[in-house]
Amino acid sequence: MEITKLSAIELRDEILKRNLSCYEVAKAFIDNIKKYESYNAVLEIFDDALQNAKVMDKKIAEGFNGKLAGMPVIIKDNILYQDKICSCGSNFLKNYKAEYNSTVVKKLIDEGAIILGRANMDEFAMGSSTENSAFGITHNPIAFDRVPGGSSGGSACAVALDMCPISLGTETGGSVRQPASYCGIYGLKPTYGRISRYGVVAFASSLDQVGIFSKTIEDNALMLEVLAGYDENDETSAKVKVDNYTNLDDAIKTKIGVPIEILNMTKGLECEKNFKNFIEFLKQLNLEIVPVSIKNIELALATYYILAPAEATSNLARFDGVKYTSRSLAAKNLQEIYKQSRSQGFGKEVKRRIMLGNYVLSSGYYDAYYNKAKSVQGLLIEQCNEAFKKCDVLVMPTTLGEAYKIGSKPSDPVETYKEDVFTVTANIVGSPSLSIPFGKGKNNLPLGIQLFGKKFDEKTIYSLAKFIQNNIK
Amino acid sequence: MQYDVIIGLEVHAELKTKSKCFCSCKNEYGSSPNSNCCPVCVGLPGALPILNKYAVEQTIKAGLALGFEINKTAIFERKNYFYPDLAKAYQISQLEKPICINGHLKVFDKQIPINRIHLEEDAGKLVHEGKETFVDYNRGGVPLIELVTDALKEPHMETADEAIEFLTKLRQIYVYAGIADCELEKGQMRADVNISLKPKGSDKYGTKVEMKNLMGFKSIYSAINYEIARQKEILDDGGVVEQETRKWDFDKGESYTMRTKENAEDYRYFPDPDLLAVNISNEDIERIRKQLPPLPDEIKEKYITQYGLSEYDTDVILADKKIADFYEECILEYDKPKTVANWFTTEILARIKGGAGLGISKENLVWIIRAVDDKKIQRLTAKEFLADIWSKNVDAEAEAKKRGIMADLSSDFVFSILDKVLQEKNEVVTQYKNEKDEKILNFLVGQVMKETKGKANAQEVKEKLKEKLSD
Repeated sequence: MEITKLSAIELRDEILKRNLSCYEVAKAFIDNIKKYESYNAVLEIFDDALQNAKVMDKKIAEGFNGKLAGMPVIIKDNILYQDKICSCGSNFLKNYKAEYNSTVVKKLIDEGAIILGRANMDEFAMGSSTENSAFGITHNPIAFDRVPGGSSGGSACAVALDMCPISLGTETGGSVRQPASYCGIYGLKPTYGRISRYGVVAFASSLDQVGIFSKTIEDNALMLEVLAGYDENDETSAKVKVDNYTNLDDAIKTKIGVPIEILNMTKGLECEKNFKNFIEFLKQLNLEIVPVSIKNIELALATYYILAPAEATSNLARFDGVKYTSRSLAAKNLQEIYKQSRSQGFGKEVKRRIMLGNYVLSSGYYDAYYNKAKSVQGLLIEQCNEAFKKCDVLVMPTTLGEAYKIGSKPSDPVETYKEDVFTVTANIVGSPSLSIPFGKGKNNLPLGIQLFGKKFDEKTIYSLAKFIQNNIK
Repeated sequence: MQYDVIIGLEVHAELKTKSKCFCSCKNEYGSSPNSNCCPVCVGLPGALPILNKYAVEQTIKAGLALGFEINKTAIFERKNYFYPDLAKAYQISQLEKPICINGHLKVFDKQIPINRIHLEEDAGKLVHEGKETFVDYNRGGVPLIELVTDALKEPHMETADEAIEFLTKLRQIYVYAGIADCELEKGQMRADVNISLKPKGSDKYGTKVEMKNLMGFKSIYSAINYEIARQKEILDDGGVVEQETRKWDFDKGESYTMRTKENAEDYRYFPDPDLLAVNISNEDIERIRKQLPPLPDEIKEKYITQYGLSEYDTDVILADKKIADFYEECILEYDKPKTVANWFTTEILARIKGGAGLGISKENLVWIIRAVDDKKIQRLTAKEFLADIWSKNVDAEAEAKKRGIMADLSSDFVFSILDKVLQEKNEVVTQYKNEKDEKILNFLVGQVMKETKGKANAQEVKEKLKEKLSD
């Protein structure tokens, strides 16, 4: 049996049956990380990972049977793991060590996971290709000259190349679903509030969620079951019951909504045909398909690029060279500490979004941008609620098409922002959305489809995804 | 030219709570630097604020004490600016929907309108040592309420005296309601003042000048008068008052420009996405209203009408809540409010004013006052005795007995002394009998008092002597 090809659930079961030791499992995956070093998916293999695996073997021998016993996991570099560097893909934080554990890391450890390392990402999660990392580009696991997507490109690539069975990413506008689509794996953005954000370095607090990459739907569900739930350290985490996701329902009665606006938006895009194929495929499975309307969905992208930078501007202001970030050595006074440290510390895309965010919040522009975007957000929430009266799950493409070539995007950043056109709506309305691998593009590279659910109804989209997974030949 | 002066106040007070506004660190003054800190209040990456519900209740309490409406939904916003004492580079505050709106406070005979009270977090403190500057984040995240008067509504505060009365009364209310300790020297209450002048009777408001860095009421008083005079001079000379923020220099007794309108900060407020909106129900409000203790105006009314105290005595006792509480305790023991008040305004307050703490227990003080009323101790003797046992841990009754200062006029002892004096001062007695001169009688009283070591009641001794010498 090839350890790194096993699913997370298979691994856990073999480990608990003591057919495999945590140590040999961790070692096998670490060997893979090293083997695929050139992909630059993982920024650091934690030096205590193997030791932790040995300790876990002892605990299991003593009867420990956590849901993730011995499970190797890789986390995105913006999730705090105490005493480990958490750089957010930024030079500014390249030596910053976490002083406490994020709630998700604590949950991973409590359930017995072995955190192998931290994955590359676009700086402060701003980007859709992992080209914006201060620590080099991550390559697409299937086509080396292409991007893996982003911002959680490292985490997606790591799962696709069997460096771990499950990894954690974070989402603000598609940063898990889009790389999942480009790497041919599953990627979930849970309902806003489903997973605690405590200890996850904030990008846009009202949109951020931790997301999950996996090769199977069951693995994804298992991880959500571990991470989900109210956290007293995060007011925005929801006091909503966490379903048993590993015991999924039969999805045959699920009603599928197809937003008519999405059909228009896909016209002429690479994803158009694949999306139609997908709807056909659902029909063949005898699922009921209903047309729905989310009238203002085309405004979602603009709304996102106002709200997210506005919050980011404020969230990133604490990186000022005064406390834990690298301080400019040349600075001679307070103003210079701020200006020089931030100028040297942040990369180009981050600076651009900080500028954008400040602009939309400035007095005189606040109503025209921030407030208007908030109103559109309200409309989109209403329209999605209306749509969900007619269906259980909405479907839409994850990306415009296949993964694009590294360095191929034009210098106009708006062209890159358009990558997020199908994913941002879920963040804006707070719904869960899962990207599942479905179909191939013109270069035979993977494409993804989003299953977009009602708030806190991850179970229905998991059930549907499993149904689809079982029926794909 | 004659001008109308309009004074506005922004008053910050640190709330009295066990923990900080958005984390569970201690809200405590005077701890060693950065000892009351956690990821949240030093703004570490990934840390999130959790609202302290009690801080909200305290804010509501302040609102109710000042006749405010309480917003059913209040939201927190981020006020963005860079400064090293502001860990996150934004302050969690409130702008659009503060907890309290539209209140008022009576200053002399005016009901001064107040626009709002909102809840926010305090910043840390910079500590300068030689060429180096350090940051102490202990104060960072301490709950702070900001009250803003409504200078757009009538009546206005127009003089430094009114502003100081406003602050004095506000402080008293906060302290009495247990909302804030407001110790000025600890920076627990701070005020910014804004002033504008307009030609007398004009409808058009003048340009507002804000003044910051006012430490203590004295600064505020001087700064207001300085600013009124400054603006008056400019206007009298036909000049234009610039909209600006001025900083008060306490040592020089003058202010200088800190920021002009052009460099005014844009705080880019927006709702804090880390915090939920706060919903306040009528039940919450009523529950908190019931917790409100009697406030100074109400107590004052009681002292004057029920206790029969003078307004002056009332004000003196109420000025310090600790004294007022002690006074109430004493009259619970000894139901003679006026008598007890006299002791407070003469003996107790004088001693405390000197900086000493309360140096006498309720039991001892009441015993002394009662002993004087019962004529067991001479008033003067009692006052000396009080001074003697101040700050000493003794039982007043036992101590008085030990010292033998208790009077007992009816006893043979006092009579025997009286007889002894009359015998010894035979010549004086004869002189008195002839001349009936009051002075001579007083001399004899003095002699008796001397012999009794002050234990006798002089008035009564005099009566007895008169009686004896009249036959």
